[in-house]
Amino acid sequence: MSRKPKTFHGGLHPPDSKAASADKAVEICPLPDEIIIPLSQHIGAPAEPCVAVGDSVCRGQVVGEARGFVSVPVHASTSGEVVAVEARPHPSGRDLPAVVIRPDGRDQWCDDLRGLGEDELAAESVRNKLCACGIVGLGGATFPTHVKLSPPPEKPIDTLIINGAECEPYLTTDYRLMLEDPEQILDGVRLFAGVLGRPRIFIGIEENKPAAIKVIDAACASSDIEVVPLRVKYPQGAEKQLIYAITGREVPSGGLPMDAGVLVQNVRTAAAVSVAVRTGQPLIEQVLTVTGPGVAEPKNLRVRIGTPLRHLIDACGGFNGEPGKIILGGPMMGTAQLSLDVPVTRGAGGLLIFRQEDVDPRPEGPCIRCGRCVSVCPARILPTTIVAYARNDQVETAETLGVLDCIECGCCTYICPSMIPLVQFIRQAKGAIMAQKRNA
Amino acid sequence: MPDVDKQLYLSSSPHIHAEQTTGAIMRAVIYALLPACAVSVYFFGLPALWVLLVCMAGCVAAEALCRKIMGREQTWRDGSAALTGILLALNLPPSTPWWLALLGAVVAVVVAKQIFGGLGYNPFNPALVARVVLLISFPVQMTRWSAPSPGGSGLDALTTATPLGEMKTAVMLTGQLPSHSGAQTVDYFVGNMGGCLGEVSALALLAGAIYLFWKRIITWHIPLSFIGSVVVLGGIFWLVDPARYPSPLFHLVTGGLLLGAFFMATDMVTSPVAPVGMIVFGTGCGVVTVLIRLFGGYPEGVSFAILLMNAATPLIDRYCRPRKFGYMPRKA
Repeated sequence: MSRKPKTFHGGLHPPDSKAASADKAVEICPLPDEIIIPLSQHIGAPAEPCVAVGDSVCRGQVVGEARGFVSVPVHASTSGEVVAVEARPHPSGRDLPAVVIRPDGRDQWCDDLRGLGEDELAAESVRNKLCACGIVGLGGATFPTHVKLSPPPEKPIDTLIINGAECEPYLTTDYRLMLEDPEQILDGVRLFAGVLGRPRIFIGIEENKPAAIKVIDAACASSDIEVVPLRVKYPQGAEKQLIYAITGREVPSGGLPMDAGVLVQNVRTAAAVSVAVRTGQPLIEQVLTVTGPGVAEPKNLRVRIGTPLRHLIDACGGFNGEPGKIILGGPMMGTAQLSLDVPVTRGAGGLLIFRQEDVDPRPEGPCIRCGRCVSVCPARILPTTIVAYARNDQVETAETLGVLDCIECGCCTYICPSMIPLVQFIRQAKGAIMAQKRNA
Repeated sequence: MPDVDKQLYLSSSPHIHAEQTTGAIMRAVIYALLPACAVSVYFFGLPALWVLLVCMAGCVAAEALCRKIMGREQTWRDGSAALTGILLALNLPPSTPWWLALLGAVVAVVVAKQIFGGLGYNPFNPALVARVVLLISFPVQMTRWSAPSPGGSGLDALTTATPLGEMKTAVMLTGQLPSHSGAQTVDYFVGNMGGCLGEVSALALLAGAIYLFWKRIITWHIPLSFIGSVVVLGGIFWLVDPARYPSPLFHLVTGGLLLGAFFMATDMVTSPVAPVGMIVFGTGCGVVTVLIRLFGGYPEGVSFAILLMNAATPLIDRYCRPRKFGYMPRKA
């Protein structure tokens, strides 16, 4: 087997900053005083609350039911009393409806949870189980997994790619999971393969995680799963870039991975699928890297969904210095938070804290046409040219230049010597175009 | 825990940024030009130093004054004006009188740059615009070449011809290259010849170019296609008639080819942004350079070639876009 690391065109090498947490085994985060379960934790329609204030709920109980096809239920992540069903701060920056639970400390599982037996693993029942357990893509996109596993018959999937790239700087959750729980990941992989009907299977891992490559390689020894070392490059874990690196196929513009015959799943999603199918336990916890120069003791934590960020920072010894920016997710694609009352939701893989002095509001300068944004763009569009048009409200021209092909990885903004917020303007332009299309 | 919510910054991703700023890029190019500056002072003495200082100070002052008059924020600290000054000086003869150098600085910064809106908006390389304006307006002063006197003060310098000028004159008078042409390649390589401050030493320019590649300020696309096309096209003529046309090596080490290819044509503002476009641009520069050198009225064609291709940059950018990801050519 060829061991030449694979990669894609463009991208860059931000400092990986993973050393602070990479060697820390996953710890279990203690329960907070209040659990906030947002009803909107995935792409698609928010769930509908099905409990009322005063109800007592058990761990794993559905508190919000799925509405529509691209939707999954949400569950209580511990046992306790529902103290509010109201709008609360949400990672999106808005206040959105949530079920607030005061834990009773007993952490009692619901008794009706059960997994599927070996003879019950038909595609349909696995999909139903995943939907019932609220499994969504944990790589960040939070797309309901059962929907992703239901490709239309005219788009056959011959390749399954498991994403263990973890190319975002600072984050080490995928890495820890691969080291600590390879069997759970592989079990999830086999379940995916069963639903898809024996595809070729690849697990892509960036080369800067040799320990993870070794562990997963050993675990895959007796199977035909191929472990693919990937060049260390951001955004190596982006779906389309990963598919290209491993299979050489390009997902056509505007298309989905299934248009290239591929399905991509994150390693953490694979583990969650295994838990859901084998035990029937829904997705109520999440491994999070809490890190960055602004936190006293960076850690990898196993956290109940609904835990406020404040509690995670306490669990890591509090702040180090004056906090300046709190980011849910990684530094390249994560979202800055305005409140520590925001809870952990299903998509979050990291909590990053920068101090005041780490926040660098350098002023924007004129574009010197250096072309760096062009050479790093994985979509191979022209960020600076597109932004010049977008800033003049010429979104039609921006669209013909391929603005909708932008994957919003942020490479252009990262590299721009003039500090022009290129990807931010591109997002705005995409938003304007999508709005126009909806209204048309 | 203190209430930190009010002191948190909010902005959209990415939340980290590469360290290299516009100012750092400009400074790196200035450092890369220091060897060429040093060599010019070594060979041409104090007059060369004067030209350098007047051009630099003139450009920075012109930028500051111009921005002040226009009522815009000051930008001279970004280093681009100083860089333009150095590049202009390197494109002038060592005997350039101070008033001419100062005039060049004003033309470069005011006419070629600030009138268009300042850094990033100028369509033509400011130093080259100034050089060509001076060359056309003051042909006598602009083609008076000092003979190199290594280590001397240069104050009592003799005048000489540049190798390219000598070649042009000989070809025009006799239809043949001068008899010794190509004999002094080593001298030409280290810079022991007549010419502009910055074009004489290939060695110093290459040292600077290596620094720029190492710092990843420039890519290979423009310099390689520029130099490559000069070598190939110049080589074809040389093979056809070696008595009339100089060798590719002569093209390489004389005149402003290396200065132009590594430091002027690679000017980011005035060259294409995408790799394909850069190659088209560099090739265009090379072809025009050779045509002017062999058939034009001027002995040297690098400045005109680059300016001409600067004008074509928007067009090149328009037609030489990279193939977007996800647009595979249809398989038959």
